[in-house]
Amino acid sequence: MSAPGFLYVAIASVWLASAAQAARTDVTIGMQLEPPNLDPTGGAAAAIDEIVYANVFEGLTRFGPDGSVLPGLALEWSPKDGGKYYVFALRDNVTFHDGSAFTAEDVVFTLDRARSEDSTNAQKALFENIERVDIIDPTTVEIHLAEPSGVLPFNLAWGDAVMVDEASVDTLATAPVGTGPFRFERWVQGDRVELVRNDDYWGEAVALEKASFRFISEPTAAFSAMMAGDIDAFPNFPAPENIPQFEADPRFSAVVGSTEGETILAMNNAKAPLDDIRVRRAIAHAIDRAAIIDGAMFGFGTPIGTHFAPHHPDYVDLVEASGFDQDAAKALLDEAGVTDLTLSLKLPPPSYARRGGEIIAAQLREIGINTEIENLEWAQWLEQVFKGKDFDLTIVSHTEPLDIGIYARPDYYFQYDDADFQAMMESLATETDAAARSALLVDAQNKIAEDQVNAYLFQLAKTGVAAVGLQGLWENSPTQANDLTGVFWQD
Amino acid sequence: MIFALKRLVALAVTLMVASVLVFFVVEVVPGDPAAYMLGLNAAPDTVSALRSELGLDRTGFARWFEWISGMLVGDFGVSYTYRTEISTMVLDRVVVSLPLAIYALLLAVVIAFPAGVLAASHRRGVGDTAVMGFTQIGVAIPNFWFAMLLVLVFAIHWRWFPSGGFPGWSGGAFDALKALTLPAIALALPQAAILARVLRSSLLDTLGQDYIRTARAKGLSPRATLWKHALRNAMIPVLTIVGLQFSFLLAGAIIIENVFYLPGLGRLIFQAISSRDLVVVESVVMLLVFAVVVVTFVVDLAYAWIDPRLRR
Repeated sequence: MSAPGFLYVAIASVWLASAAQAARTDVTIGMQLEPPNLDPTGGAAAAIDEIVYANVFEGLTRFGPDGSVLPGLALEWSPKDGGKYYVFALRDNVTFHDGSAFTAEDVVFTLDRARSEDSTNAQKALFENIERVDIIDPTTVEIHLAEPSGVLPFNLAWGDAVMVDEASVDTLATAPVGTGPFRFERWVQGDRVELVRNDDYWGEAVALEKASFRFISEPTAAFSAMMAGDIDAFPNFPAPENIPQFEADPRFSAVVGSTEGETILAMNNAKAPLDDIRVRRAIAHAIDRAAIIDGAMFGFGTPIGTHFAPHHPDYVDLVEASGFDQDAAKALLDEAGVTDLTLSLKLPPPSYARRGGEIIAAQLREIGINTEIENLEWAQWLEQVFKGKDFDLTIVSHTEPLDIGIYARPDYYFQYDDADFQAMMESLATETDAAARSALLVDAQNKIAEDQVNAYLFQLAKTGVAAVGLQGLWENSPTQANDLTGVFWQD
Repeated sequence: MIFALKRLVALAVTLMVASVLVFFVVEVVPGDPAAYMLGLNAAPDTVSALRSELGLDRTGFARWFEWISGMLVGDFGVSYTYRTEISTMVLDRVVVSLPLAIYALLLAVVIAFPAGVLAASHRRGVGDTAVMGFTQIGVAIPNFWFAMLLVLVFAIHWRWFPSGGFPGWSGGAFDALKALTLPAIALALPQAAILARVLRSSLLDTLGQDYIRTARAKGLSPRATLWKHALRNAMIPVLTIVGLQFSFLLAGAIIIENVFYLPGLGRLIFQAISSRDLVVVESVVMLLVFAVVVVTFVVDLAYAWIDPRLRR
């Protein structure tokens, strides 16, 4: 080989090497919990949606990174007859990963299945208002409602409302078939789920060719895996105390945003003395939210004064109304005639609850309330607290978007039974006018804050970490998802 | 032969009793798998629909009977949460846990044997003091802490090994063994320390026996006495410990599996317990009982091979 020839080869190989580096098209995402199955229409586990939402499955509508409702498999939709029914125009060049075409019949099948009697959809209530679904032509459906509603497009954006094909419905749990930009490749149980790019995708092709989700439950192991470079991103990093370390390291960037998780100190409203609003108010005033956010969450979290996400446009800041005031708390307890009070405080496993619980116990002691802390696993918590209502106080984060409606369910675990509030939620369900809906949401927030149903602590932060160069991950989580459609590597 | 038969009958009876105990102890644990799966927003009728889909609305006895009769023909049933065959799930985990246990046990034996023999043959010498010192540390150090140190040095700093995870055997044995190396070392070291100390004291015991003095008196060298006469007789307590350690490594590696996020049996049980996937818990515990019983059986046979007096 002549000298210039050698040079060309050398230059070409350097160029190829750098091109190969620039074009990195795989990503490994870390998750703390492994999903029990991969069917978002048959389970509530957030980990299911964190893998398949927007990646493998799509619904008629979808959530954008800011929580807005965007077109999905429906190009457009319009409410008719004051929200009594909706017309959805479907995309016409969509196929499922098994090759079958997506048509109006799949919409009918999906929605019928979700609200059928033996449905195991965890959010069945989203579909309860649907009366029937009519096929107008292969790319047009009409969804008729029992009551006029403005929230149908929002409801259909949930992971529980994604479109499925009748032919593959029995295997969704282990081999999901959707219409999304990634197709399911394999699941090594206990270790990882792998997705590959769907080359027949109807929309814009995604930058990534391969995505794997690895399950690392132990926070120290998660830290090691990031540090060793075995994981490219951990969107919900389990130990907020490590975030400053990642921020200080030039190889990583912290991705901190907000979630839909209202973290509350829930109180058993049906049990004495917590059925007395003065006692509930005293407890709320005894709590110093800043100390909890600093102590339990290492500074990550936004204080809330009602059960509503601060980033929502209709949010009302009511933190001051139940601000930290030990004198007021003691006065309220005296007024209620409560002395020598001991309450149970049942804590599920997440660190916000276990760490926050210790701090709250200390703060309640300051105003003379003793607590008996009991640490529970999730299954025990569901049995004792959620189903059995056998508790005084508990700490939990409610992670579903716009879930203030749970306060209209008198049998819900904190047992708030108020006719006015229930009426508000009923009118909200049928209200289609945007301004009137906002006004109702504001009233609802004020109402549950005034009644001090629970003590509202903080909005859970999303503390994520990613390798520098990995772009396009969601900063906030308007729904629990790791949408990889916009993710790419930048050098 | 009769000895082996007797042991086999004992094995079968143990398994029978264990199956009844395991099932009913697990069944009384509070918590509903269907409620766990459906989360905080599910309506009660959805939960009961799922319960009947999973067959949880039938009586405990009906489910026990189905479970036990399925097990006898090798059918472990279907997991509540994963909705897959338990036998496939367990097999996927066994191909991680079993090689890890064997790897760790081999390492432990390879380290412990020379160390134990050295310590016993040079009693109160420098070698003995060193071995006793190191094994003291080895017994005292918690294996998860040692595991984290290994990760810090070999995965984060030098990047010789992955920080965890398991690539599977299909990608080649080299990568798979590489992924198991740090966990195996972390598991092996404390076991090696225990084993070395047991071997040392057992050897010292044997070396003090009359027949050893006789062997030495008839002119056998210290080395030959040790290898030909003492070692074999010192093996009984050592074998007992090795058998126990193997069972422990198979089922008890859960903390190490968490540190290295390995998809092994320990993590499967842990996950199944927290999601109340009771059939999985029962089946895996039964499998581990089976493994422990079989290991004990093999150890019993080995006793008889080493010491013919036990064959009677």
